[in-house]
Amino acid sequence: MKASEHEMQKKIYSQMVARIKPKPPLVRNVTGAFFFGGAICTLGQALWNFYISVGLAKDDASAAAAATLIFVAAILTGLGVYDSIAKYAGAGTIVPITGFANSIVAPALEYRREGMVFGVGQRMFTIAGPVLAYGFVSAWIVGLMTYLFE
Amino acid sequence: MDYLKAFIVGGGICVIGQLLMDLTSYRVTPAHILVGFVTGGVALSALGLYQPLVDFAGAGATVPLPGFGHLLAQGAVRGVRENGLLGAFAGGVEAAATGIAAAIIFGYLVAAVFTPRGE
Amino acid sequence: MAPHKKTGQQTITFHNPPVFRGNASVAGPKEGQGPLGRTFDVVLSDTLYGEETWEKAERKMLAGACQLAIKKAGLTAADIDFMMAGDLLNQLISANFTARDLGIPFIGLYGACSTMFEGIALAAMLVEGGFADHVLAAASSHYDTAERQYRYPTEMGVQRPLTSQWTVTGAGAAVIGHQGTGPVITHVTIGKVIDLGIKDPNDMGSAMAPAAADTIIRHFRDTGRKPSDYDLIITGDLAAVGRALAEQLVKQAGYDISENYTDCGILIYDPAQDTHAGGSGCGCSAVVLNGYLVKEIMAGKFKRVLGIGTGALLSPVSNLQGESIPGIGHAVVIEAD
Repeated sequence: MKASEHEMQKKIYSQMVARIKPKPPLVRNVTGAFFFGGAICTLGQALWNFYISVGLAKDDASAAAAATLIFVAAILTGLGVYDSIAKYAGAGTIVPITGFANSIVAPALEYRREGMVFGVGQRMFTIAGPVLAYGFVSAWIVGLMTYLFE
Repeated sequence: MDYLKAFIVGGGICVIGQLLMDLTSYRVTPAHILVGFVTGGVALSALGLYQPLVDFAGAGATVPLPGFGHLLAQGAVRGVRENGLLGAFAGGVEAAATGIAAAIIFGYLVAAVFTPRGE
Repeated sequence: MAPHKKTGQQTITFHNPPVFRGNASVAGPKEGQGPLGRTFDVVLSDTLYGEETWEKAERKMLAGACQLAIKKAGLTAADIDFMMAGDLLNQLISANFTARDLGIPFIGLYGACSTMFEGIALAAMLVEGGFADHVLAAASSHYDTAERQYRYPTEMGVQRPLTSQWTVTGAGAAVIGHQGTGPVITHVTIGKVIDLGIKDPNDMGSAMAPAAADTIIRHFRDTGRKPSDYDLIITGDLAAVGRALAEQLVKQAGYDISENYTDCGILIYDPAQDTHAGGSGCGCSAVVLNGYLVKEIMAGKFKRVLGIGTGALLSPVSNLQGESIPGIGHAVVIEAD
């Protein structure tokens, strides 16, 4: 088969696949993401208000609220509940800080059978590693810009 | 009122993530959403666009991952103002340290205690 | 001199058709609850199957299916000349470690999800060629072992797209001999690796459909047969999306298979089981063939079946490097004795 002919065939096939492939249930997914994502943030707000009411400074209370959400997400992942919620919540359980916690706990938990160092210690950064790398580098660039231009 | 604002803004940020996953190529995975939202938060924060959202929506803006990026960026800026160039390295990490450490520590402990259930 | 057992370009015709002497299927709990649940010999109560890891559970299923197939054939491991098996895990750990325990001369196979049919095709050739009296063919997959190797850890909160398929937890095994009673293998069509550029690892059905269609069309052309010569045409694990595509592709070549065509990945789960497009994995065609199909053929429901094992030759490494997902399909014709 000639290369151009094969390319043509691929193009025709991808159009055929696009016709047959089921579309994501957008309304359901967006509703789920909005509801669960909103609910997690509202819980975060409640925790934030609570930590302020017991005397923490605003920034510290925010950090404490985040840490609490992370703790809850870690436990729910351990219990095997987080992924069941995520089935309906989609980005609603990925985008909040709890999704970051889940991305650390899920591989750590699952790879424990390959040992505490190479299993848990290494695999927990499978997704968190890239997040931290990009976060640190981009924040450092912002700091550098501030240093140079202020 | 602050609960309603947190719900709507937080939910809205998640909807953006959902649309990015559903409407773009399969190459945009949950990992890309996490990385993209943190980096996006850093960028918005550097442009001065994220702080107003935090002032308005509270946890609705700090709990989603762009809030994590905002924390990193604001920390880096503050670090530079207080300690010069060295602060660009330490500031961001310092500001976000509680969240990062909590995730790693709780992650490790849960992995040590629980067993995966699978399907 | 042209090889006298070959028909057309890719098909082999057996003049002394090899016989299925014994078939066994071991399936996971979700598969046991599915529409074919009662056709499986063993259904696990949980996915760990009393083992410490899912990998060990998969091996135990594979070993169990092999031993049961040998027993059903009325033989012992010492009577088996060769074992041909494979799975989805890196370095074929399920098949290799099972062969270590069984102590049968072993040939490891990798055909992704087509492995069961690949094994049967090769086993039939060895037997009919006079190289062996009895050959054991087997394959396995496990949802939890495959998911973590190819995609995400199982506790990761990700939403599976509608095109995604559910890796079947299950193992199947067949003992093929040159005489005895049981369904016989009359033809084998060995497929080519076909790639029409699908790259989405969550849409394996679309990646495999062109390969399945190519093998089906080639089989009809080589043998001069037509779809109505078969009571059933069944692919391995194309599931809902791939099935629709394969049917169209075959139709474009002038063969209408819509009347009697289905897919193991569609039969194995009920839509209410929320697997999205359907089942996949080596275990999918392995348990449906060795559980459901063989029993129905022996019961007289089907006289002549064209089965096509389908495999998506996906590698997480090549996929991240931007390569598309090639597919393969091997066809086997099974007739009632």
